[in-house]
Amino acid sequence: MSDQNIRFELNGEPQSVTVTPMARLLDVLREDLRATGSKEGCGEGECGACTVLVDGLSVNSCLVPVAQVEGAQITTVEGLERDDRLHPVQDAFLEHGGAQCGICTPGFLVAAAELLAADDQPTPETVRDALAGNLCRCTGYQKIVDSVVKTVMEGWPC
Amino acid sequence: MLTSHANVLSPRTIADALDMRATNPQAMPIAGGTDVMVALELGAVNPKTFLNLWGLRELAEVNQRDDGGVSIGALATYRTICASEHVHHVAPILVEASRTVGAKQIQNRGTLAGNIANASPAGDTLPVLLALDADVEVASSARGARRIPLSRLYSGYRQLNMDTDELITWVHLPPRHPNDRTHFRKVGTRLAQAISKVVMGIRVRVEDGVVNEARVALGSVAPVPVRCHHVENALMGGAVDPAVSSLLSQDIAPIDDIRSTKAYRNGTAHRILRSALTHLSKEV
Amino acid sequence: MTVAMTKGCPSRSRSATLWKNRRFIPFSSVKAVLNKNDEAVDDEISLIAFHFFTSIAMFLGKSYAVVYMRVSRGASSMHIGQGIVRRDGRAKVTGAALYVDDVCPENCLYGATVRSSVARGRLLGLEKDPAYDWSDITICTAEDIPGENVVALMTDDQPVLAYERIRHVAEPVALIAAPTRDRALEAVAHIKVLVDEEPPLFDPTISAHNQDQLIFGSDNIFSHIRLLHGDQAEAFDALDGLLVEGEYRVGLQEQLYIETQGILASPRPDGGLTIFGSMQCPYYIVKALKRVLGHENLNVVQAATGGGFGGKEEYPSMLSAHAAILSIKTGRPVKLIYRRDEDLRATTKRHPAIMNYRTKVDPKTGKLLGADVRLLFDGGAYNTLSPVVNSRGVIHALGPYACPQVCLDALMVATNTPPNGAFRGFGAPQVMFAAERHMDRIARTIGMDPVELRRRNLYRVGDITPTGQCLTDAGGLEVLDKALAAAQKTDPRPRVEHPGSGGSAARRASGRGVAIAWHGCGFTGNGEAALKGKVDLAIQGDEVVIYSGSTDIGQGTDTIFPSIAATILGLPLHRVQMAPHDTDIVPDSGPTVASRTAMVVGGVVAQGARKLMDALRQDVNTEDSSLTFDDLLSRRSTDETIRIQAEYVDAGLEWDPKTYQGDAYPTYGWSCMVVDLDVDLDTGEVLYTRLIQATDVGKALNPVLCAGQLEGGALQALGYATSEEVVLDAHGGMINNRLTNYIIPTTLDAPPMETILVENPYDGGPFGAKGIGEIPHDVPAPAVAQAIEQATGLVLNRLPMTPERVMDGLEAL
Repeated sequence: MSDQNIRFELNGEPQSVTVTPMARLLDVLREDLRATGSKEGCGEGECGACTVLVDGLSVNSCLVPVAQVEGAQITTVEGLERDDRLHPVQDAFLEHGGAQCGICTPGFLVAAAELLAADDQPTPETVRDALAGNLCRCTGYQKIVDSVVKTVMEGWPC
Repeated sequence: MLTSHANVLSPRTIADALDMRATNPQAMPIAGGTDVMVALELGAVNPKTFLNLWGLRELAEVNQRDDGGVSIGALATYRTICASEHVHHVAPILVEASRTVGAKQIQNRGTLAGNIANASPAGDTLPVLLALDADVEVASSARGARRIPLSRLYSGYRQLNMDTDELITWVHLPPRHPNDRTHFRKVGTRLAQAISKVVMGIRVRVEDGVVNEARVALGSVAPVPVRCHHVENALMGGAVDPAVSSLLSQDIAPIDDIRSTKAYRNGTAHRILRSALTHLSKEV
Repeated sequence: MTVAMTKGCPSRSRSATLWKNRRFIPFSSVKAVLNKNDEAVDDEISLIAFHFFTSIAMFLGKSYAVVYMRVSRGASSMHIGQGIVRRDGRAKVTGAALYVDDVCPENCLYGATVRSSVARGRLLGLEKDPAYDWSDITICTAEDIPGENVVALMTDDQPVLAYERIRHVAEPVALIAAPTRDRALEAVAHIKVLVDEEPPLFDPTISAHNQDQLIFGSDNIFSHIRLLHGDQAEAFDALDGLLVEGEYRVGLQEQLYIETQGILASPRPDGGLTIFGSMQCPYYIVKALKRVLGHENLNVVQAATGGGFGGKEEYPSMLSAHAAILSIKTGRPVKLIYRRDEDLRATTKRHPAIMNYRTKVDPKTGKLLGADVRLLFDGGAYNTLSPVVNSRGVIHALGPYACPQVCLDALMVATNTPPNGAFRGFGAPQVMFAAERHMDRIARTIGMDPVELRRRNLYRVGDITPTGQCLTDAGGLEVLDKALAAAQKTDPRPRVEHPGSGGSAARRASGRGVAIAWHGCGFTGNGEAALKGKVDLAIQGDEVVIYSGSTDIGQGTDTIFPSIAATILGLPLHRVQMAPHDTDIVPDSGPTVASRTAMVVGGVVAQGARKLMDALRQDVNTEDSSLTFDDLLSRRSTDETIRIQAEYVDAGLEWDPKTYQGDAYPTYGWSCMVVDLDVDLDTGEVLYTRLIQATDVGKALNPVLCAGQLEGGALQALGYATSEEVVLDAHGGMINNRLTNYIIPTTLDAPPMETILVENPYDGGPFGAKGIGEIPHDVPAPAVAQAIEQATGLVLNRLPMTPERVMDGLEAL
């Protein structure tokens, strides 16, 4: 069967792609839409570097066939900003050393944004639980956890 | 992943899904994709057609039944299960097990029915469902729906007693009995994003200090998730006795693999069962 | 500026002249190019622009912009000791930073590698599936290499593509280029490598002088070092004291950078070649490719690099050679990105070791009297950097403890497993595990508290090391006291019970372990003096630009170098920039390894900043040292660029590589870690509750980045301690080569960490800084072993201490 036309919203912008319906969402984002912020670290849902939000929920975009996001709202790291302002968790990562090599950072930020939308004052334990699907090899996680705990969500539109 | 030629059928209703299943028995069903997409990536499967069930939103729910039990739709994710007050009430160990599946990203996408259909002996929720006497409802367009106790669903390693035109539609859990004591334990490769080395679900019904119903189920210790009948039988009719854990060898047949050893699985299964029974024997 | 601007790469259509005339342009010009001249967007430009221009420049021959990122515009000029936000931070948190796989030039082909499926034998050839459509596939073998078939490093033993002989499983035999990734992988599956198989050698204990199974040279020995210290060093048996002996073993460990290895090779308009990718050492690649290509018309550009840890020290030379060969044959850009399974199976790992320690001890005082240590490292099939690992291993073998009579013997041998190579710590984590476990064994034997035993033997100032170096700095006692004090001050925060962990049914025992390590900073002996790392600094307009071949692989040196220079020059940070790491425009600062970049190259930056001020004063004909940079700048009559080069100045270390006597390192880092954990007595799982470390960093140039390094290294070592096991199949290849099966810690496995930065300045480092990249990997594993022992009585002397090994041990107690 030939390619299919699939439409969804990416970071608030309507998108229409004509691709094989079993294409991984990750590949469609990175290659067809050139939104390369989401990274591939394993291709099997272990590392979380490809984490994006589909209708507000974090998923591994390497495990989602694009056919399943027809009509969905997708948020990637590129879409965390609002009106040219960084999302507070992006600011916190900068200030508290949450990013080192940066390859896992987009996935962590997206997963953290999902958590912070539901709980704007998480404890370190809550943060660790929410980010357990994202692997980092640089930080030992302490500065990532600190960054999310210290994120100031006040005044941020959810 | 070589999926460039794959055809995807995306039904919107259960009836359509069953029709498509009947006319395309070779099509691989895909729900949340958390197992199927990995298998594709590894080249373990390469089907020409997929039956995309994700759009069956009517099956994405968890419903409380009149009898006090719950019915979990085939497209309900672990996240939905964890968020359900009914499941918390009827089957707290199912919530606990669901929280150990992968991590948030997997729980947001993976489904309970997918765990059942994937039929891995290491499936985290399967011993829990066995302990809870879960029934699996399957349906076909030709013959309608039927219910199979989960304990009779698996016929061998990754083999299901289902016909090629059937799909899992619901998982039914009976109501919780006030005298039920339950326990869940997962020994994985790490604390998240972990595959089980041994996984266990237990339910004992204790009335006046006497066990009158016992379910002990383990995963990752045999080709299929197993009910441990020798242990269960020995538990019946007396107080919860941790010593019966020594009978476990008659119920399980673990192997060496890349993640652990036969000896470790065997010993660990015995020890966690003993500790669990010790704990359950004290519970009031 | 929109993200879209950074994506994609226009086709390569400009002339060679454009390429040759490309130059590095300052930030002000970038703003002009982007039509974004208002200051409000300063923050927005930065690395985005840098990478945009880097990739454009690669394919168009256009100019470069510079890293200019999120730098505060304050007037302050003291940037040392501040938690300055990393310059590439904004690009990394917005997803704009470009890693090699994010760049896709037009006409780009995808590369893949055909590998041996067996470990040893005679290579007979390749068999292509005749039924497969090869029309759009390019295949390269050893015959297609324009120059020499060698990955030039320390020795010339490793071929770029196997020729005649196979020496390890997954050895590259041929290369594929195809229009898509899938096609490339598919084509690989349709080629069979024909090998006349021979029995492989996997056991390092029977490798040396094994004439039946020669892998390397005439004796299978990559390196043999014998290090003697004390007048009775060779008379160990005759020494007084109680004999305590033990054997310690460690397995392979994978670096597991989250970004897999990747290189893009692209033809240049002038007939040369550009290499762009994930790497630590651009100049290694230049040196290797000169031999492979037979010419020097190439430049190497570092992309944003998703972790290295040593794994991207030497291996990218292999990948670059492969991508280059494919690019030359096809005349097109070729991108070679490893899949995770391939990366795990084919690339280097930490060397396994078998370590035998014999010591003589005064049973009353616990003082070490003599040591006789034999180390055996498994180097795998090719030499790579193994002799240097052997060297660092042997020098650190006794840990941070004084011992008057020492005989150390270290052997690095060949086996038919994939080559082992650089990994954070570089031989030290192996021996530090052995040394610290041996101290615990001594403590147990003589009935002394293990911390007290360490306290009595730790180096003091004036003590002599096994290489005969007199220590002028010995921070072991201080870090021990500080870590213990912190551990005693508070209890670990109670661990939240994780679902499925058994809750109140679980049976657990708690333990605390303490371990101490030292780590030599920078290259060994006269390594730095021989290398002469260089850095250029230039005044361009009103900005200063630092040109260095040292790469930022996440550790933050692109932020630290400008902080050093700006502080010395008295400038706000936004006026000091880092040039992109492109070998055409940066000098060779030496490789980004060996805990040397901030300390050694940072020192060259500091020296360069002073030299630049001198040059500026000279330019305006003044010797008045009270004039500021801007005073001087305002007196200039031209805006011509002033560019100077600074070079490493010999620290005057005396070192004899033949006897291994002398000053092994200019200075040492010291670290103590306290690990609290629970052992599950039913499952053997180790659950970490807290890790406290006190580490002597000399001076924390940037405390946030510094602590980040120490914490990340510590967690990597906790993985080494209990979960990271490389399982080999019958061919000596990693069989658990997936992230599902090679178990690195998640947020839930990692303990909360408390990091104490102890500052004992080293006067040879910039502002007193010492190298800190590796030492955190040396300490945790033995601390974990001690904690398990304290909790359960179980003594483990082998890494990793998996639940299976813990349980085996507990059962046998």
